[in-house]
Amino acid sequence: MKEGEGRKTVFDILKMISESKELELEDVVVDAEELTLELSTTPAGKPEYLKLTLEPITPGAQKIEFLVETTPYGVRLVAPTVPVPPAIPIEKPKEFIELKFEYPVVEYPGRIVEIVLGATREQGGTRGKIIKIGGDKSPPFYLFESKPVNRPVVALDVFDTPPPLAGPVKRAYQDVLQDPAEWARKCINTYNADLISLHLVSTDPLGEDKPVKEALKTVENVLQAVDIPIIIGGSGNPQKDVELFTQASEVFAGERLVMASITLDMNIPKVVEPIRKYEHNAIALAFMDINQAKELSRKILDAGLPKDHLILDPTTGALGYGIEYTYSTMERIRLSALMGEETLQVPLSCAATNAWAAREAWMKIDEWGPRELRGPLYEATTALVGLLAGANLFMMMHPLAMKIVKSFAEAMIREEKKEEKPYLNWIKTKF
Amino acid sequence: MPKILRPLDVYKHLPGTNCGKCGETSCMAFASKLIERKVTSQQCTPLYEEPKYSEKLQKLLETIRPPIKEVWIGVEPNILKIGGKEVLYRHELTWRNQTAIIIDIHDEMPPEEIKKRVELVNNFKFIRIGKELTLDGIAIRCVSENPEKYAKTTAEIMEKTNKPIILCSLDSNILEEALIIANKRKPLIYTATKQNWKEIGELASKYKCPVAVTAENPATLKSLSATLNKNYNVDDIVLDPQIKIGNIAETLSTITAIRRAAIEKEEKELGYPIMTAPAAIWSIEEGDENDKKTLESVIASNLISRFTDLIILHTTDTWTLIPIVVWRDCIYTDPRFPPGVKPGLYEIGKPNEYSPVLVTSNFALTYHLVRDDVEKAGINAYLIIIDTEATSLQSSVAGRKIDEGKIVEAIREVKIGEKTKVKALILPGYAARLAGGVEDALMGDGWTIFVGPRDSGEIGAFYEKVFKPWLEEKLAKEKK
Repeated sequence: MKEGEGRKTVFDILKMISESKELELEDVVVDAEELTLELSTTPAGKPEYLKLTLEPITPGAQKIEFLVETTPYGVRLVAPTVPVPPAIPIEKPKEFIELKFEYPVVEYPGRIVEIVLGATREQGGTRGKIIKIGGDKSPPFYLFESKPVNRPVVALDVFDTPPPLAGPVKRAYQDVLQDPAEWARKCINTYNADLISLHLVSTDPLGEDKPVKEALKTVENVLQAVDIPIIIGGSGNPQKDVELFTQASEVFAGERLVMASITLDMNIPKVVEPIRKYEHNAIALAFMDINQAKELSRKILDAGLPKDHLILDPTTGALGYGIEYTYSTMERIRLSALMGEETLQVPLSCAATNAWAAREAWMKIDEWGPRELRGPLYEATTALVGLLAGANLFMMMHPLAMKIVKSFAEAMIREEKKEEKPYLNWIKTKF
Repeated sequence: MPKILRPLDVYKHLPGTNCGKCGETSCMAFASKLIERKVTSQQCTPLYEEPKYSEKLQKLLETIRPPIKEVWIGVEPNILKIGGKEVLYRHELTWRNQTAIIIDIHDEMPPEEIKKRVELVNNFKFIRIGKELTLDGIAIRCVSENPEKYAKTTAEIMEKTNKPIILCSLDSNILEEALIIANKRKPLIYTATKQNWKEIGELASKYKCPVAVTAENPATLKSLSATLNKNYNVDDIVLDPQIKIGNIAETLSTITAIRRAAIEKEEKELGYPIMTAPAAIWSIEEGDENDKKTLESVIASNLISRFTDLIILHTTDTWTLIPIVVWRDCIYTDPRFPPGVKPGLYEIGKPNEYSPVLVTSNFALTYHLVRDDVEKAGINAYLIIIDTEATSLQSSVAGRKIDEGKIVEAIREVKIGEKTKVKALILPGYAARLAGGVEDALMGDGWTIFVGPRDSGEIGAFYEKVFKPWLEEKLAKEKK
C-alpha cells in the first residue's frame, strides 16, 4: 500500500487479492491472537498454491512461512514450507584475548661446583690470569631460571708432536707447529683463546715413547710463554699417563693445572694422590655413558680428590659420528646433577676438536664447498651442540670455530641487551 | 613426564566393531598403529560418518592429541608435518617430525635466481648412511608490496615445485591475492601479529590454511594463539617467538620456556609447533657474506637442538647446509641405541688370497663409509668388523673399545688366515697406535701389518701407492 492512497477498506483488500496472484502488504500491522483465513477450493484441474508469509515486526522474532495448497477437494496446509532458516547469529565482536605468561621455573636441589683453573703468584702459582668454570644452577640457556655464574671457556689445542692435521687447521698454525711454546703464544696472543690444552702425545709408549722428563720441559716452556692456565693432556696410555700426571703434579705444584684425563682403566687411587696433594684439577674421561661417568667420578672422589677439582668429559663424537650420544649423555648428566646426583655435580668438558675426524670437515670435495669455510663451521657446530647440552670447557682447534663458540658463550652471560632492527623486517627486506 | 599412550587408552574411544574398514584386522590393531602414527584417525570412517560415535570421536581426538599439536602444511603427497612432540628431552623418547628446513624467495628476485632456488629445494641431497637428507619447502616473501606481483611469483613457484610453501607478508590483502591461487596447496600463512590478527584470522578461517602467529614475548604469543583459536576456531597454528640475532642466548631461552610450559605445564595455547627465521640475519647484520652464512648456519643448528620445528633459511651454500642437515638427522634418531652392524667378516667385491684384510668398528656409519670407499676405489678386500659397541672408530680407540687384543682375537675368530695367502692386514689410521701390539701378536703367523689412512676416502691412493707395490714385490720374490 503506497503512502498517500489513504485507508483502504477490508473489502478493497479482498478485491485486490481476488485480482492478483501475489500480494504483498507492507506496513500493515495485524494485531491478532488468532488469524483465520478462509480460502475456497479451486474449481477444477491442478492444485494451486498460496504462499503466506508472516513477517514479524518485533526484532529477533521468527519469520513464518506457510504454503497452502488448494485443490478441488479441499484446502490443506503444507507448511511450514521452507525450513525455518536458523536465526542468523549476531556477529560477536572479535576480541583480543590478553593472557599472561609465567616462566616455568623449576627449583633444582643440586648445583654444579665452581672450579678454579690456574693460580696467580699470590695463590702459589705463576699465572697472570686464572679462570673459573662451573657454578651452574640450571641447565644451559635456561636464562629465565638463572644466568651462568661463569662463561664457558675455550682451550685451543697444542701438540708437542704435531699429529696429521686437516688442511685448514694446519694453515692456522703452520709457522709454529714445531715449537709448542710459540704455538701456545699464537693461540693466546693472535687468536685470543681462553686457555691452552697441551697434548703430550710424544710420551706414547706405542709411539715416540719420549720420557716424561722431556715432556715436562715442554710444559715448562709453555708455562713461560703464556700466563693463562693450561691443561695437560697425556697420550691415552693408562700406565704412562699416571706417571706423567704424577710427575707433573709435583714439578708444577701450586699451578692448579688440569690433568687430562683419568680413565676407568687407570690405577685411580695412585693417579689421584699426587693431583690432590699438589692441588691440581683433573678431567675424568668416561665413554658416552652416564653410568660410567658416575662410577668413574665416584672412584675419583673416593680416592680423595675434592669435588671442586674435578671436571667430567663424557667423550665427544664428531658431528655426524655419534655426537647425538654425547649430546644426550651430557644433557642427562647435567639434569641428573641438578636434580641432586652428587657425583655428577661437576663442570663438563667437550673435545670439539674431534670434529676434524669427520670427512665433512676436512675433505676436499668441490661440491661440498670450500673446506676453509666448511671445516671451521663443522667444528663450531660440534662445539655448540656441546654448549647446549651443558659443556663448560671446550678443547678446539680452529681459531674461527673457537671465535664463534666464544661469542655464543659470551651471549649467555651478557647483562645488557643489544639493540637491533625489528625482526619482522625480514619479511619485506630485499636481500 | 612424557604422556605415553597405551593401545587400550585409544581402543576405548574406537567403535570396537572390528569392521575392518580401516584396513586393519581389529580395532586394537588400529589403536596400536594410531599411537605409532602409522595411520590417521580419519581412516576409521564409521567414527566420522555415524552420528552415534560423535562423542567417541571427540574423546579420541583429545586422547591422541600430543602436547604439541602436529600441524600439516601442504597437501598429499607432499604434506609437511611439523610439531607433534610429546617430550622435552630427546633422551626421554625419540623426537617426532624433524625440523623442517625452508628456503626463502622474494618477489623481486630475478627470475633466474628464483628458478635456481626452487631447483635447489627440489634437488638438494646429502647422502648419509644411505639416507638422502633433503630440504622441505619454500617461503615466499612479498618485498614488492604489490599484490599482483606477489601472486604471480607465487603461481610461478607453484608451477616449478610440489614442495609445501609459506606465504609471508603482514598485509592481508597481499596474502589473500596469493591465497586465491595457492589455498588448494594449503600453504602456511605467515604471519598474524598483534596488529593484523583480525584480517589474518579471517584469511586462515576462510581458506582453511595453517597460520603462524608472531610476537616478541611469550605472553603476547600465547594471547595471539588463544585469540585466533577462540575467535576463528583455528587450530593449525605455528608460533614464531622471533629470533634475536644479537641476543641469541635470550632467544634460545625463550623458546625453551615456551616449550617447557607447553609440555610440562600443559599450556594449551603454547602447545603448537615453534618456527623462526634465521634468514632474518640478512636484514639485521652488516658485513662479510661468509660470516653471515656461518652465523646463520650455527644459529639454525642451535634452534634444531632447542625444539624448533621449522626454520627459514636464506643461505643455500652446501657448506652451510651440511652441518644443519646432519645435526637434524642425528638428533632425531632413537636415543637408546647407536646404529651398529653385526661384527664379523664381510667381503667387498670378490676378494681372493691376494686381497688385503681391513679392520674397522661396527658403528653403522663407519661400516657404510668404509664399504662405499673401498668399492668406489675398485678394491677387492676382506673387511673385519670389530664389536666396538657401535661407536665410531676414533671414539672407540680413545675409549679403548678397540685395542690390540680385540683385533687379534677377531682375526683368529673369523679364521681369515685360512683365506689369505699374503696375510696383509690394514689397520685404520686412527688405530695407528695399536699397530705395534697387533704386529707383535700376529707376526709369528706370517702377517704383515699396515697402517692405512685415517679416512677410508683415501684407501684408493693407499692401495695404489703402498699396498700394490708391496704385493708385487712380495710375489716377485716368491717367484724367485
